[in-house]
Amino acid sequence: MKLLTHNLLSSHVRGVGPRGFPLRIQATEVRVSPVDFNPDFVTRMIPKMEWTALVEAAESLGHLSELPRELAEGYEKDEEFLRKVHHVLLEVEVVEGTLQCPESGRLFPISRGIPNMLLSDEEAAS
Amino acid sequence: MTTPRHRPCTCAKGGLRRWWRRRRRRNMALSNTLNRYLLLLAQEHLEFRLPEIKSLLSLLGGRFSSHQEIHGKSPFWILSIPSEDIARNLMKRTVCAKSIFELWGHGKSPEELYNSLKSYPVEKMAPFLHSDTTYKIKIHTFNKTLTQEEKIKRIDALEFLPFEGKVNLKNPQHIFSILEDYGLDPNHIPEKPLNIYFGRWIADGQRELIESYSVKKRHFIGNTSMDAGLSFIMANHGKVKENDIVFDPFVGTGGLLIPSAHFGAYVCGTDIDYNTVHGLGKASRKNQKWRGPDENIKANLRQYGLEKYYLDVLIADASKPSWRKGLFFDAIITDPPYGIRESTRKTGSQKEIPKGIEKCPESHIPVSFNYHLSDMFVDLLNFAAETLVLGGRLVYWLPVYTPEYMEEIVPRHPCLKLISNCEQRLSSHTARRLITMEKVKDFE
Repeated sequence: MKLLTHNLLSSHVRGVGPRGFPLRIQATEVRVSPVDFNPDFVTRMIPKMEWTALVEAAESLGHLSELPRELAEGYEKDEEFLRKVHHVLLEVEVVEGTLQCPESGRLFPISRGIPNMLLSDEEAAS
Repeated sequence: MTTPRHRPCTCAKGGLRRWWRRRRRRNMALSNTLNRYLLLLAQEHLEFRLPEIKSLLSLLGGRFSSHQEIHGKSPFWILSIPSEDIARNLMKRTVCAKSIFELWGHGKSPEELYNSLKSYPVEKMAPFLHSDTTYKIKIHTFNKTLTQEEKIKRIDALEFLPFEGKVNLKNPQHIFSILEDYGLDPNHIPEKPLNIYFGRWIADGQRELIESYSVKKRHFIGNTSMDAGLSFIMANHGKVKENDIVFDPFVGTGGLLIPSAHFGAYVCGTDIDYNTVHGLGKASRKNQKWRGPDENIKANLRQYGLEKYYLDVLIADASKPSWRKGLFFDAIITDPPYGIRESTRKTGSQKEIPKGIEKCPESHIPVSFNYHLSDMFVDLLNFAAETLVLGGRLVYWLPVYTPEYMEEIVPRHPCLKLISNCEQRLSSHTARRLITMEKVKDFE
């Protein structure tokens, strides 16, 4: 699971609503794999991200990589900055671990890099 | 007795040549840019072709307009395209079209063709005919075979065109084509062509992708892996472009993600089946006992050098999505399970749809089939309305029981506009329809 994906994921346990985001990562295996840098893609993704949650998630994995805690103006032209964002969004992967709903505590396992978000009928929001 | 070289030329060809020279010398003002192109299409997936070309022209900034009625079955379409750049970019995407030509003339007989060529502005021909260039002329005939002699005769008949360059059959700078249309019925081939076209070849389409991405060669497949051609058509109907995020909520073995990744989009998906996503369990390929460790969606992308476009795949129930609120996807391209080959499930209700819908009694569709289907498609359309960017597209297959199909059963949503609906027959009573919708209004 990449941190870009983590930034879009939310728990949908019944009753948690928007408080199901962001999921807390407990990683037992993290992998860093190089991915081709594409500044246009990174620039497009930044506005879609919840920046604070991204920084927190990267930090919790020990891969903050000097990412600033706040977005500065004109980041589109700052290649060094975009490379840092690229690294955090696409190159850091949680291979084994769990995601935890911050409100209900429900755990979602990650296995071989694939999170399992299935809820039973009773747990899920209607 | 006059010596032959002093005798003035009086043959018809000579007359035409003099006529051309007069036109060039006249220094004509540039006539209205016609920008007409002849698109030569492959004769398969006929219903899917027009939506593919329209979607691509819209993606590339052109508008679709045609100078003649587009006969659904004809392989020849004459289109107006604003520039040659757009025409080339169209061919970099289409798997429905074989080639595109800058149309210089056409007619229903050789005489009409030659008159048509005479009306084509000389200034537009000149850059490709001048003495520094090399060229060759090809002839294609459709639904008829000509002898070599007949072909040469037709090419020679175009000698009146002011070609000043040198013929180079191996590696010419410019290729011109005569295309003769002898209709669509192999049992009734007319004596004379119905239409003849002449144009400058510009580019070929992407039909070779169908072979290079063939499912036969793919490492990881499932029971319902899509034919490569159709999966590329889906990405084109979806107007997928570079740096998009494309999502498949019923991702299976990820076959539908591949064309989007090929076109430069970043791809992700979900599936409810743990084994499929992880590449575990019985293999779908005959003679294989189990799926190896390299059989998964990421491996499929890696096989084609597209690994960098792989975002993630999750185990999830498409009817209970796990995304936070936001507009994340540029396109949703999917083939939902519909109980014909693989069972449809929701968590908590492991009802298996009776397989082999072809065996259904003539009078009705089983109740469970209807029930599961309508839920799933309502969920899908709501999901698309909530998570697509404005202008983003949803492309999905809708199964139909042909004797009872009506346009009204195609699911609708106030935020989504129906763009196209193309049928593919599966059996005598069943078909599936490729539905393309575009988000035109924000949700809530």
